[in-house]
Formats: sequence, C-alpha cells, structure tokens
Amino acid sequence: MNASVSVSGRSYWSVVWHQLRQEPVAMTSALLVLLIILAAVLAPWLAPGDPYTTSMIHRLQPMGTEGHLLGTDELGRDMLTRLMYGGRLSLLMGVTPVFLAFVIGTSIGLFAGYVGGKTNMLIMRSLDVFYAFPSVLLAVAISGALGPGMTNSLFALTLVFVPQLVRVAESVTTQVRKLDYIEAARMSGASALSIIRVHVLGNVLGPVFVYATGLLSVSMILGSGLSFLGLGVKPPEPEWGLMLNTLRSAIFKEPLIAALPGAMIFVTSIGFNLLADGVRAAMDIKR
Amino acid sequence: MFAYILRRLIYAIPIALGVTLVSFLLVYLAPGDPLNAIAPSDAPAEVITALKVAYGLDKPLPVQYGLWLLRAVQGDLGVSIASGRPVASEVLSAVSNTLILAGIAGTLGVVMGCLLGALAGYWHGSVIDRIATILSVVGVSVPHYWLGMVLTIIFSTWLAWFPAMGAGPGGSAEWVWDYAHIRHLVLPALTLSVIPLGIITRTVRALIADMLDQEFVIALRARGLSNITIFKHVAMNTAPTVLAVSGLQIGYLMGGSILVETVFAWPGTGFLLNTAIFQRDIPLLQGTILVLCMFFVALNLLVDIIQPLIDPRMARG
Repeated sequence: MNASVSVSGRSYWSVVWHQLRQEPVAMTSALLVLLIILAAVLAPWLAPGDPYTTSMIHRLQPMGTEGHLLGTDELGRDMLTRLMYGGRLSLLMGVTPVFLAFVIGTSIGLFAGYVGGKTNMLIMRSLDVFYAFPSVLLAVAISGALGPGMTNSLFALTLVFVPQLVRVAESVTTQVRKLDYIEAARMSGASALSIIRVHVLGNVLGPVFVYATGLLSVSMILGSGLSFLGLGVKPPEPEWGLMLNTLRSAIFKEPLIAALPGAMIFVTSIGFNLLADGVRAAMDIKR
Repeated sequence: MFAYILRRLIYAIPIALGVTLVSFLLVYLAPGDPLNAIAPSDAPAEVITALKVAYGLDKPLPVQYGLWLLRAVQGDLGVSIASGRPVASEVLSAVSNTLILAGIAGTLGVVMGCLLGALAGYWHGSVIDRIATILSVVGVSVPHYWLGMVLTIIFSTWLAWFPAMGAGPGGSAEWVWDYAHIRHLVLPALTLSVIPLGIITRTVRALIADMLDQEFVIALRARGLSNITIFKHVAMNTAPTVLAVSGLQIGYLMGGSILVETVFAWPGTGFLLNTAIFQRDIPLLQGTILVLCMFFVALNLLVDIIQPLIDPRMARG
C-alpha cells in the first residue's frame, strides 16, 4: 500500500486528499456539509432572531412572511433561526457517536486482532450478540430503558456503532498480524504496543475511517429519529428531529413548513453519504 | 448439507441466549430500582419486601435471569405495568401488524431494488444507471420518518388518495386483507420500502455489472446462448449475495418500522414501544424487544440455510 507513496515522497493521506480533490461530486458535497456546519456554528451571529422567543399571534406564518423568511413554527418561533440552531444538536448527534465509536471500536478491534486466539474469539463472539439486534431497535431499546435525554441517546448510538467498527478493525489487524514484517519487528524486540502503533495502526485506520464516514449519515438519521420519537433532545431545544415531531400537528395547515426540518436532515445526510463515497473511492488507490 | 444446517443451528443458540441476556439486562439499565416501576414510591417497607419476593427480586442476578428465561421460553413475558395484561398477548398482536407492514415493504423494496439494479447493471453507464444511482443515494440518505410525512402531505392532504393514519377504517387494529385495510397499508409500506430499496439496488447493480465481465458469461455468449439463458446463469450466481443482503435488510425493517409506525399511527410494535418507553413499562419494553430480535435471529438463520440450496459450495465452507 505504501510502496507507490514512498516513491512520490508524499504521505498516504496527502495522496488521498489529492485524489479526493479531483472528484467533483465529493467536493460539492464537502462544500455543502461545510456550509451547513458553518450555518449551525455561526447561528448566534447569523440567525435573524431568537430560537426560543414564542409568539402566539404569529403561529404558523407561511414562508416569505415579513421578518420570517421561512415562516414560523407552531409556537410562533422563527423557522430560519431554529433550523440554523437545530443543526448544532443534529450534527452533534451525527458526529459524536461515530467519533466515540471510532476511538473505542478501533482500540478493541486492534486489541482483539493482535492478541488473537481465545481472547479474540471471546470478544468477537460476544459482540456478535449485538448483530442480532437491528440497529434502530438496539438504539431505541437502550435509550428507551435509560429514559429520554440527549446524553442517553448519544450513549445508545455509540453502543450501536462500536461492534461494527470493532469488526472492521479486528479483521484488518488479524490479516496484518500474520505478515512477515510484523514477525520481523517482534524478533527485533519491539514491544506489542509499539508494533501496534507503528506497524498495525496505519493499516487499520484507513478501512475503519472509510467505514466510519459511511456511518455519519446513519448516525444523524438515527439520532434525529430518537428525538423524533421523544427519546433524544427535550423541548424547547431546537433540533431537527424534535422540530419535525412537534410540527407534525401542522402538516394540514402549513405542510411545507412542517416538512422543512426533515429536508435539512435529508440534505445533510446526502452530503455525508456522497462525501463518504468520495472518500472510499479516493482511498482505494490500488484501483 | 445436514451437517451444515446443524452447525448453523448450534451457532444460533448462543446468539439467541445473548439476545435474551441483553433484553433481561435492560431492566437494570433503567435508572432506579426495578421495583419503582411496580410499586408507588410511598409504599410501606413491608409491601416493598413482599413485592421483591413476589417478583423474585430478592434473589441473586444470575438466578433471576434463569427464572426469567425459564418463564420466557414458556411464553410468559410478565405483566404489562401500563395495561395490567400479559405482555406476551399484547406483543403478539402488535408483532403480527408489524410483520405485515415489514413483509410487504420488504418484498416491495427487494423486488424493485433487484429490477432497478439489474437494469442499471446491464446498461452500465446509461441513463437508467444514472437514475438508479441517484435513487440509491436518496434511498440510503432519506430519513424515512420524514419521507412518511412528505407522502402523507402529498397523497393524503393534497390528493386525498390514501388515508394518513391507522391500519383500517375506524381505527381498527385487527388486520383483514380487504380493500379498506390495504388502502391504509399503501403509504406506510411505500415509505418503509425505501430503506432496503437503496442498498439492494446498489448491491445488485454492482454484482450484475461485475458478473457480465466474467469469463464464464463471455464463454456462454460465445457458445451462442440466448440472452435469457445467460440471464438465468447470471441470476443464479448473484442470488446468494442478494438473498443475504435482502434478508438482513428485511430484518432491519422490524426496527425501522418503529419510526414509520409512529408517523402513520400503525398499531404495531412501534406503538407498543412508545407506550412502554413513556409509561416506563419495562416488562413491555423487554418483551417487545425480545420477540422482535428473535424474529431477526430466525430470519438470519433462514437465510443461512437457504443460501447453500442455491449455491451448494457454501455448505462446504
């Protein structure tokens, strides 16, 4: 994998970045995701209003109303403002569990794969149990038992993704471990930890990273879904899934406004998915 | 073949046991004492002690699990705190409604996905291919609970073609295969079918496109076989993978339907889980999760057993 890289004198990741830049779809979606993230992060400065100020006389104003570009919600709060603020928690729900699962899953996978033998089998077989749960069901079961709340749903989502990432990391580690150069490193007296860090990690990070980027959209759809069920973020906090739930009563009066938060989840999720496809293609350098 | 099936069955047993263990432990994941859900918080101490003995909560955890498992195997999943009725009977009627929805949606998604994927794979790089690619990205990216709302807005609010809620006229929860009930099934099934559609389209497209370049297909073509005969060979070779992916996807629908059922007020397990979660009815939560997961385990086992019937090489591995 690294042979061609050393000739050109560039690191593996800079080659990947170079490849990625040549994919118009991936770059467009990266730009899209970046814009959505910026709008969410800069909401306090960019948003036209306050996300919590309600107004009974201005309930469910249609789009294009004076002062409310995207209308108002069922409590008279400005939709554009709430959509921008809503991105903060929704994106957080998308990124945090994947990041945590990435760290935890890679560690467990490296350990299980490197140790091998009975320990490996014990770890992998017990994780198989989590594969017997459809992911939505597992997330709902855990956060349902823990009770509503954002921390609980973040915990539930992380737990859903960990076994998947462990499996990816473990299978690569097991493959690499048998290679001659690892054996040579061990003979020369390198400790297990430094072998993993120097020789194994580099091989494992790529595939796990590709898999994890693919999980970003799943995580966001699931996270917002938990809020939609009332299990995640609590009102009056702005979050796309929760907004979609509270606006359900308005689908007959102002259907376009009621559908807006979901459209945001959809667009962001498409962005994440196309970006993940691009990353996968870019990292497949052998092609 | 027999040895293979036996091996698969034996492998499924620890998985099934693990599922029961996780379901059992859900009670202990819930904050507070499991008794809180049963007894009022101001109950006198002797009542609490009596209840503890009655529910077996005074015994060590492994014993509790054993007793719970023994009862669960006999079909006793405890009593729902919210309704006071046995959990098993509540779960069974809800599960049958969910299975109808997931079954129809799954079939719809698999058939459409295979068709679209095959066309896209055969005419690689054509307009159909591009449409299929876009559709599959949309399919995996769309939050299905939102799609359900959008379909309701279009087909119920604006066009008034299909009802927006429930499983039958007058909010009937009992499923019957007649026109009035099927009308209620259309929107939720269509919404749910999008989940497997994207992934199956993508899988079939890649498989077919790859397969058509294989030497055995070129050899078949060179021998002058008709397109239909070649298609049969290709189909048989892609079937095991498609089956595995489809089985998994249909299984995921049992979880995915929770959200769609909420949107359409479908009287299935999603509704039950909602009640269980918000009334803190842990036995009901436990029972529903357990039964749904057992169906998922059984489905995976079924796929594992069918696969070598199509491709006998798999039984030897």
